[in-house]
Amino acid sequence: MHPPTRLLPLRGSAKGGGSWFAVTDASVYVDHPVHAPDLHTVNVDLRNPALGPSARLALELDAASARALAEAIVATLATTPPGVLDEPAGHPTPTAGS
Amino acid sequence: MTDAIRAETVRIAGHGADDIEAYLARPVAGDRPAAGGVVVIHHMPGYDESTKEITRRFAAHGYPAMCPNLYTREAPGANPDDAAATARAAGGVPDERLVGDVAGAVAALGELEVSNGKVATIGYCSGGRQSVLAACSLPLDAAVDCYGAFVLADPPEGAPVSVTSLRGKLGDLSCPLLGLFGAEDRFPSPEEVAELEKLLTGAGKTVEFHTFEGAGHGFFSPDRPSYRVEAATEGWARIRDFFGRHLQS
Repeated sequence: MHPPTRLLPLRGSAKGGGSWFAVTDASVYVDHPVHAPDLHTVNVDLRNPALGPSARLALELDAASARALAEAIVATLATTPPGVLDEPAGHPTPTAGS
Repeated sequence: MTDAIRAETVRIAGHGADDIEAYLARPVAGDRPAAGGVVVIHHMPGYDESTKEITRRFAAHGYPAMCPNLYTREAPGANPDDAAATARAAGGVPDERLVGDVAGAVAALGELEVSNGKVATIGYCSGGRQSVLAACSLPLDAAVDCYGAFVLADPPEGAPVSVTSLRGKLGDLSCPLLGLFGAEDRFPSPEEVAELEKLLTGAGKTVEFHTFEGAGHGFFSPDRPSYRVEAATEGWARIRDFFGRHLQS
């Protein structure tokens, strides 16, 4: 029921609480949701700890939605021509954590 | 007899004398007899509205009650869900710090005019395990474990909370323990609950365990789909009876 909480660094931006902020960290895990009407959901927190706990975009998705979203992101990357997306040196390398 | 209560956010000295936030609800001094205090240990989603409501309910029943914000340090002033996310990413609440924060709440409750000096803990979900941990670490008069996971079983590697089994501490349980569980829960499973009851009984401890049919994890949470009215209503009655026997003078 409780697979690892995966922590990874990110580089990008998110909009939450009515304003944009840079995101630097993500947490991905399965647990009880705060808002979604399910017992368990796949939860994604996009955060910027340097800006404080409220700099967070939170997702609570059912399993099918989480899988579809992940596949859509991977498929979008796979079909994007080379050179369109900048991948500068020093880009954070995601690593699974707990 | 007056039924007035007062509820507010206060500051207390937690583990390591850290200044932490807590929610205090207490009967207004009047003609009600002094009673023992209740430390409410919030679930992993945090120091939220429903936990504060539980805290007020104990005050309405005549018991001064306090819920320390276990995430004060990581996320002062943050919304409960944001604070919980920050605490999760930081690895959760260390056991030693939890015990120190509960001890701070115990001390603060004991100083209240409406306290008779007795004290209990109650916790839900991850707080259920922490209630048992507190009762194995501090001198208490009663403790309640509401479906606490990982009291006996070590969590799977990488689980959302960095906790370990309390198996080796159970001999230090300082007070009677009321356990309230769902028959359909898997964390803790009915088998783990049965083993816990057997271990504690075998160690000469006073335990009262109740497992409710048709209920799973989180059946006390009125704002979640896991809420089960029959189990929650009966569970509250069990808690009130238990505290009536152990917290009143």
